[in-house]
Amino acid sequence: MNRTVLDFWVGLFVVAGIAALLFLALKVGSMNTVGASDSYEVAARFDNIGGLKPRAPIKSAGVVVGRVADIHFDNETYEAVVTLRLDNRYAFPKDTSAAIMTSGLLGEQYVGLEAGGDSRMLKNQDQIFITQSAVVLENLIGRFMYGQAQEGAPQ
Amino acid sequence: MPTTCDWENSVFKRSIENLGNRTLQAVWRIGFAARFFVAVLLHSGTAFRRFGLTIREMYFTGVLSLIIILVSGLFVGMVLGLQGYETLQTYGAEDALGILVALSLVRELGPVVAALLFASRAGSAITAEIGLMKATEQLSAMEMMAVDPIARVVAPRFWAGVISMPLLAALFSAMGIFGGYLVGVQLIGVDEGAFWSQMKSAVDFEQDILNGVIKSVVFGVAITTIALFEGYDAPPTAEGVSGATTRTVVTSSLAVLALDFILTAFMFRGLN
Amino acid sequence: MHNDNLVEIEDVEFGYGDRPVLKGVNLTARRGQVIAIMGSSGCGKTTLLRLIGGQLKPGQGRVRVAGQSVGELGQAGLYRLRRKMGMLFQFGALFTDISVFDNVAFQLREHTDLPEDAIRDLVLMKLHAVGLRGAAQLMPAELSGGMARRVALARAIALDPMLVMYDEPFAGLDPISLGVTGNLIRRLTDTLGLTSLVVTHDVQESLKIVDYIYFVSEGVIVAEGTAAEIRASDLPYVHQFVHGEADGPVPFHYPAPPYADDLRLGKQRV
Repeated sequence: MNRTVLDFWVGLFVVAGIAALLFLALKVGSMNTVGASDSYEVAARFDNIGGLKPRAPIKSAGVVVGRVADIHFDNETYEAVVTLRLDNRYAFPKDTSAAIMTSGLLGEQYVGLEAGGDSRMLKNQDQIFITQSAVVLENLIGRFMYGQAQEGAPQ
Repeated sequence: MPTTCDWENSVFKRSIENLGNRTLQAVWRIGFAARFFVAVLLHSGTAFRRFGLTIREMYFTGVLSLIIILVSGLFVGMVLGLQGYETLQTYGAEDALGILVALSLVRELGPVVAALLFASRAGSAITAEIGLMKATEQLSAMEMMAVDPIARVVAPRFWAGVISMPLLAALFSAMGIFGGYLVGVQLIGVDEGAFWSQMKSAVDFEQDILNGVIKSVVFGVAITTIALFEGYDAPPTAEGVSGATTRTVVTSSLAVLALDFILTAFMFRGLN
Repeated sequence: MHNDNLVEIEDVEFGYGDRPVLKGVNLTARRGQVIAIMGSSGCGKTTLLRLIGGQLKPGQGRVRVAGQSVGELGQAGLYRLRRKMGMLFQFGALFTDISVFDNVAFQLREHTDLPEDAIRDLVLMKLHAVGLRGAAQLMPAELSGGMARRVALARAIALDPMLVMYDEPFAGLDPISLGVTGNLIRRLTDTLGLTSLVVTHDVQESLKIVDYIYFVSEGVIVAEGTAAEIRASDLPYVHQFVHGEADGPVPFHYPAPPYADDLRLGKQRV
């Protein structure tokens, strides 16, 4: 086969392959892991994080503003410390509250941020003080059953 | 009636000897294959200095595998679309069809199925070609002309395979996603916006796509090494070459599946 | 004296695993000669060529080509020496994926930086020497057996070597191709000042063209001499070989227990 024809086909193959890779990178996937350079991290302490996992989304008003970077257990306060990595584009007041929510009844858990009214903004390595733990379904059901039982009991 | 003297000729003794011989043979071959792999890496200079040689081989391994990869990718994606819809519909989660199609293709099916097709299309061709070159003394002739066959014949094929494999896997995945889109959105009527946006928010570039590419590079190395080694080591007869071709397909398919398990265990273990 | 001998083989022993193939072979090839190495199939003739080419290393003894001991050279030295050697393989061993022209040009492109014009001229000259200039653009699959071997010969002499080795150049050729190939070997040796080593079992054809003949049997040289001497030889082995007799020192029967025993004659059948 002619050398130039061969080179042409191989060139076409490489271009198509790279186009496929680009398609996968841009159209199919997204850079969910926000790089350390264009983000800042704040910590939040929760009594119970339920089923929250690293890389879970952080949403404010329903918009994804970051990802959970790390979760660990503080052995002195017996609390869960969740490191939130937030996109630099979004700034939140100091008194922002964080809550662990569930999308739908049984869906994935995420961190919801509710902005406060402070004029100072959260900076890298700051801490969010107002937190609300995950609603654990078992506790909820337990409480409901308990309540029913109490109600039904003779006075 | 069997006596103790019969031990010398007994079936047991012979089968144990046979087993031992086969084991020794297998270990010896693994050692030889490892040495061969190192030799290929050490003699890769020519494959890059004269990149035309590698481009030529990319035509035979990559371009000629395109049709089968594209068509299979399309069909696999279409089947995923149908089956995925059937299952997701039960939970009222048809909108997640994009996620299902994309994640299964990008993480697993793309690299693995493309690699299996590559092994049977290009791998067997490489083994047959090298085996025939050996059987017809072309490799010997090259050596006698003071040209190292590892550098001139083997290394360009190796690098052509290693470069082609991730490109083919990406094309397979892209084609599959397109197939899933055709069936899911165009045929069944899943919402187009939900299909793409859910896919985009669930598929992570680093965790899913990059890991898929890494997988396919590893598969490319494994398949081409096995194919080249089997060809290089084939007995120089017609039966020898055809046996080696079969062994290439079997061994490299098994290697792909085993490697896939190991890589998946490493890549996605700490994730959830 | 030493300058005159291009190839010197001294007491070479070689075996594949436990099976000895050569058991102390001595052989010399003087420059400008056509030397034939003859013997029945599987007697170690091809092994001898591989030892000279350095593809195998002798277990004992020494193989010297142009004063260099082949078995002791490293890969670089060996490759340098091989550029001065050509080898014609039994069925040509042409590269089947490239044309006749590219086959002959192969070494020129690999080992020299000649411009494509010069390569073209050289290749056509070599092809002309073997009478196949017109076949330059054919693929090896389109050639007959005799033509393929002539192309391989053109390829072997592409870099003007000092030594050309032929592994069974006459096997499987029709009488015309046989004569053509034989004459070519003689003519190229004389005109290009080569030394030729021909491994063959074609007695009649090689007796016509060679200067000196070695007979190998069971790993040793059993007879040597010029063509006339060999024809006149009355050594039983040489006589059997030259005249193609079915039985003689080389027995017709593969070693076996006595025929009668094998057929169990005179014994009661069980």
